[in-house]
This record gives sequence, C-alpha cells and structure tokens, in this order.
Amino acid sequence: MFTFAKAKLAAVLGIGRQCVALRALNGAQAVRRGFASSERDEEPSTSENELFDIIISGGGMVGTAMACSLGLEPNLAGKKILLLEAGHKKEMNRVPETYSTRVSSISPGSAMLLSGTDLCSFLNFLSVWDACSDALITFDKENLQDEMAYIVENDVIVAALTKQLQTLSDHVEVQYRTKVVKYTWPHPYHVSESIPWVQVTLANGKTLHTKLLIGADGPNSMVRREAGIPTVKWNYDQSAVVAVLHLSEPTENNVAWQRFLPTGPIAMLPLSDTESSLVWSTSHQHAEELLQLDEESFVDAINSAFWSNENHSELVETAGSLFRTALSVLMPDSGSARQLPPSVAGIGPKSRVMFPLGMGHATEYIRHRVAIIGDAAHRVHPLAGQGANLGFGDVAYLTKVLSQAAFNGKDLGAMQHLLEFETERQRHNLPMMAAVDLMKRLYSTNAAPMVLLRTFGLQATNTLPPLKEQIMAYASK
Amino acid sequence: MYSKKLARLAFGPLVESAFKCPLTRNVSSRVTAVRSLCSWTVCLHHRQKNQLSNGLTRLNVRPVSQTTLDPAEARKFQAKASKWWDLQGEFAVLHSMNDLRVPFIRDNLLNVHGVRQLGKPRAGLRILDVGCGGGVLSEPLGRLGADVLGIDPVEDSVRTAELHSSYDPDLRERVGYQACTLEELAEEEVEGFHAVVASEVVEHLADLDTFASCCQQVLKPGGSLFITTLNKTNLSYVFGIVAAEQLLRIVPSGTHDWGKFISPEDLERLLESFGFYVEAIRGMIYNPLTGAWSWQQSTAINYALHAIKRKEEPQPDRVWAESENLDEPGRARSYS
Repeated sequence: MFTFAKAKLAAVLGIGRQCVALRALNGAQAVRRGFASSERDEEPSTSENELFDIIISGGGMVGTAMACSLGLEPNLAGKKILLLEAGHKKEMNRVPETYSTRVSSISPGSAMLLSGTDLCSFLNFLSVWDACSDALITFDKENLQDEMAYIVENDVIVAALTKQLQTLSDHVEVQYRTKVVKYTWPHPYHVSESIPWVQVTLANGKTLHTKLLIGADGPNSMVRREAGIPTVKWNYDQSAVVAVLHLSEPTENNVAWQRFLPTGPIAMLPLSDTESSLVWSTSHQHAEELLQLDEESFVDAINSAFWSNENHSELVETAGSLFRTALSVLMPDSGSARQLPPSVAGIGPKSRVMFPLGMGHATEYIRHRVAIIGDAAHRVHPLAGQGANLGFGDVAYLTKVLSQAAFNGKDLGAMQHLLEFETERQRHNLPMMAAVDLMKRLYSTNAAPMVLLRTFGLQATNTLPPLKEQIMAYASK
Repeated sequence: MYSKKLARLAFGPLVESAFKCPLTRNVSSRVTAVRSLCSWTVCLHHRQKNQLSNGLTRLNVRPVSQTTLDPAEARKFQAKASKWWDLQGEFAVLHSMNDLRVPFIRDNLLNVHGVRQLGKPRAGLRILDVGCGGGVLSEPLGRLGADVLGIDPVEDSVRTAELHSSYDPDLRERVGYQACTLEELAEEEVEGFHAVVASEVVEHLADLDTFASCCQQVLKPGGSLFITTLNKTNLSYVFGIVAAEQLLRIVPSGTHDWGKFISPEDLERLLESFGFYVEAIRGMIYNPLTGAWSWQQSTAINYALHAIKRKEEPQPDRVWAESENLDEPGRARSYS
C-alpha cells in the first residue's frame, strides 16, 4: 500500500530526476545559497526531501520574525520549517554609521516578542518615545513609567532576526533569492490519490510540499491572491516620503512629533540625539516634487511644515482658545506645557525615498493549510506607527496557536486552530485599522466645521487621562 | 439464549438504570470475588472456555461470546469505512473528541512514564489503539512521538487509515495498522505495549471479559489503559441515543446500543478483577452547538477512564480487599 502510493507520487511530480540532481552535490543549484546544506542523510524518499511542516513565504520583518518565533518554540522542535525570500540575505555584523531610511516604531508588546529572539543586543542605539505631540493637539502621558515605543530601522530588525535564525539552522532553513511562481492548493477534504499538501513551485522548477503555508509576502501578497481571498482595499492617493534628518542642535531626542497638514501628516521620529527619521505623507504630486528639491529647499519645506501657521483660520483659532479656556476652568490641572519640535538642519545623503500608501484588509486570514500574516493580511497608513506591530502581534499569536496544536498532536494545517488565530487577530486588528483610517480621513480636510470638530474632540481627549491611557494601552499591545 | 435476553430485559433497566444501586453492587461484588479467584487460576491461555461459565453469573450482560468481535457492529462500520476523514461528516464528533482524549492520554502517560524529549513528548512509548477505525486517534498519538499500532477488525477502515497516513512521512514511520481483533494480537504481543487505548470501543464489543484480559496480556506491568465510553444511565439514553442519534443526528442512527453501555463502577470492577487499578475517571460532555467536548464533574453520559496494570501479580489465594498490600501508590476509594 505504501509503495504504491509513493510510486504514484513520484510519477506525478516527476521529482525522481531532481532527487538525483540533489545527490550529485552540484553547485549548479545556484538557488540554494547560505548555510543550509542541500544533501540530507535521511533515507532516499522523494517526498521526504521535499515535504516541510511549515513554509513561510516572504522574508521581510514579519516573515523572518515568524520563522524565528517558530524555531524557538519548544513544542515545535523537530518540525521542518522553511523560509523563502526573494531578496538577498541581510547580514550586519556591526551597527552601521549611517541610518537607513525605513524605520518602524515597535510597541512594547512587539519588543517582548522580539526580545525573545535576542534582538535587544542590537538595540543599543534605540530611542525612547515619550510623548506624541502635535501643533494642534497636546497628547502626552504624564505618569509614564515605561517607554511607549522604540524606533528601530527595519534593516536592523531583519538582520538581527537573520542572525538568530542561523542558530536555529538544524530545523529552520532559509532560502534566499528564491522566487515562487505557483501555488497549488490541496482539496479541503481527503481525496485519495491526490496530494494532501500545499505545493509551492519555485522559479528554478523545484516543487516543495508543506503541511502549512504562511504568507508574509507584503501588501501585494501572491499567496493571498492565488488563494483567492477577497480583500477590501483602497489607495489613499498619497505617498510617503522618508528621509533621515540631521537636527540643528543635539537635544534629548525622545519625543516623536506628528503634525497633521491638510495634505497629510508629517512625522519626525527620533533615532539619536542628533538624528531623526522623517515620514511625510502627502499627495503623489507633492511627494515627487519633494524628491526633486535640492537639499536646502527640502529642509526648508520640512521646517515650514512643522512651524508655519498659514493654515490656521481666525475662526478656528478663536474657537480653539475659547474651548481651551473653558476646559481649564472645568479641569484645572489638565493639559501640559507645550513642547516645541526640533528644527532640521540637513538630511542624510541619498536617503530620500517615497512609496505609495493604501489601506488593505483581507477578509479571511486563513484557508485550509494556509495563513497570511503581516501586511499581506492588513495594510495601514503609517500615521499611527502600527503596521509592523500588528504584524508582530500576528506572529506571536500564530506561534502560540501552532505550539498548542503541536502539543496536542494535531495536523498543523487543520482549520480548527487556524480559525482561532483568525478570529482573535481580526478582533484586534480591525478596530485599530478603522481608527487609523478614521484619523486619516478626519485630518484630510481643511473645512472649518471638521477642523472645529477635531480640535474640540482632541482637546477634550487631552483633558481625560483615563481615555488617553486606554488608547496607549491598546496601541502598546 | 432467550432466557438470558429476557433476564437482561427484565433486570437490565430495573437494575442498571438507577445511578447507584446497592443491589447491583452487592451482587456484582460477590460475583466479582468469585470470578476473580477463578480467573487467576484460569490465567491466560484457556480463558475462553472458562469465560462461559463465569459469564452466566453476571447480571449486566451482553450475550456471552468467545470473542470481542460483534459481527453486527463490524457491519455497521464497514459501510462507513470511507467516511472517517470527512471532517464535517459522521465522524466529526470523534475528531473533536481528540481535543480531550489526546491531552488526557498525553498527560497521564507523562505522569506515569516521565518526560521524554520536547517536541516529541511521547517518544519511545509503544501504544496500542484498539478499534482504531480510520486512525482518528492513532495519528495525533503518532505525531506526539509514540510508536502506535492501530488495530480494527474492519478491514476497510484499516485501509482508509493506512492511506491517510501514508502521505506523511512522520506518520508512516510511527503509526502502523493491522486488521485483526484484539485477541488475535494478544497471542503474539505479550507485554509489548506501554499503553493501550480503547476509545469509544467498549460499547461496541461482544465480550468485555475477553477484552479486559487481552488488555492485561498485552500491557507491560505498570502500563496504562485508557478507555472512553458512555455510561449506562437514563441521561445517557436521552442524550446519547435519542438526542444524538435521532433528534440532532450528530451520530448516525443505530451507532449505539444502550444495552451495551457500561457504567464506570462496573467497568472499574471488571478491570480490577483483571489486574488493573483505576487511577482516574472523568466525565465528558459534548456541546452540539459549538461542536466541542469538555470535561465535567458528572460521568452520567460520557466518561474517560485511566487504569494501570498492577506491576506485581497477586497470588491466587489472596483476597482482593487487601489492596494496601500491593506496592502501587494507594488510592483512597471505597465502594460504599
């Protein structure tokens, strides 16, 4: 019975000759770089060589974090895990002198996940984000004991996780410069004579099988598309310009600033005492113009965006100050002294880039033997700094769910525990995404009624510490 | 034959339907004492002939036979052999029961046999799954690292099980299947297993004495026996048969025969007479709305039982009441 099934598999997949090629130890298999060896000591069964317990497609921050998290999980010891990444391996032996442009704000919850993966040894330069203040809003946390978030470069996160993965190479394998061309899905029920696993066909012609496929391949996820998962998405007609800024004077840089302009929010995130990262979301046209500007004009544009008051109307200013007076009568000790954002002197060389913004949410995070995490499942506007954190939250919960399933001897691709993952994460992600989208829309307009509304609303929120604490707590999970 | 049936009909509901009935217990315990003395002298090889004479003295009954296999039951499962792995189908209840019984087996084996390596919590243990059907329980146990042998008299079920596990190389190595009955296996594999699992099986068997004695044979001393089955109470009739089979159709109609259900006390008594001591009994309940099982205090409907084969065989002339003479950890249980 067994030999019949095996023979049939081999014939169907035509893997026989590839098995021979593997054994020939030739380096012509240019794809398999890195530390993973291509030959195995196990018995020569074709399906054994190719069958993995979990394949993660996409080696960005979230995908690599998933691989690390699964690799470190004791209940999953002995499972074969593979990470597929189309780009190069990101190695970093020491912290580079200059900052790279793409950074993320990592909440304490995510930091806990990453600290389990020995990431903290790299974070000796991180900054602490104390308060988020806006020219129109004052929003700070007075009784803050712990840090609110960490600002870390994306490359550093990936490099640290890659280093961690190297220590797990006995059961977690990584293939770089590997592109997937096709996914073949199994039948949801057991049909005899068909392969019950997900088949992943690579650009080099090899086919891999897996019991569970995790898609972490970004907002234009191929896994999500091929699985036919419907997605609610729209473009914001905005692009974000990112750059590294040199401040005009060194300061105790532990505050992140964000100002909502009518064209979109401009944010300055601290990296060190003298440098900050810029994230300026604005219309496509304006973003292109900004990229064309020479350095001095760009710096001027940034400073004026933070400091100028040309968008204030008389009405709003008067109404705002009246409201503030009223509130200070009602709650005398609310509000706090206004801090001022630092001014910019220069920008890091060659550090200006732009990328388009949009919102996206997959209606389902799972299918039979498939799960999607990170930006593949949900994509948000960067104004709240939550995109990466939602992804890390997915990683933590999915690892927990899979660990429990393995401890109960379950098939990892079974729907029951994947449904649990989907329910829990959708319950957490959707409110966050709705809030971010609402904020973005609320601040996109210049019309006086909306401006008044949001001014009053935010000033009122500012005077209610319990409400602010709730928001903080939710965002730091 | 007919007189026995009549006796069962007359006495069965009368005697068994009461949840705790002193009459049954006194009678049965005397019967047990008599039978236990006999069964030790019988020992292992010629049990079947003597079973017949012992069976006549039992009150709660199924027709006495020389084998555990009941052809009518086998035919029932033969017809559904291909449906074992349809997760939304007739056996869905058994699939969701894995959430309870796999941790129950895993944790109790841990208590008794100690921790093995992480990731494969039960590596190195040999487990026998009696009445494995399509391998619904054998596969998770295999994934936990144990060497599992699944047996079932229905050949088509065994074939379905083999096919399903053939795709996964992990399972291929660790889970094997055989189409045979327990007594056939017991002759070859004496003291070969660390644990025997008989989940949702004893209510389909023809003869429990043979079953218990074969389990005793194939287990290593100190080995564990896990049984899940239904209690024989009014509640189990209402929920287990009427509601489950006819009203809600969770389980196909005709799957269970209330006459074959056994209460935990009777099962415990039976097992004790064959050299086991019962270490744990827990009640289970199925929620048809969520499709999930959970543990509960009452064993009125479904229950799970963990028994351990005594390490030392007591001498035939010893009286059973002296359980404290044995070197197993004592249990503070009394019958009244």
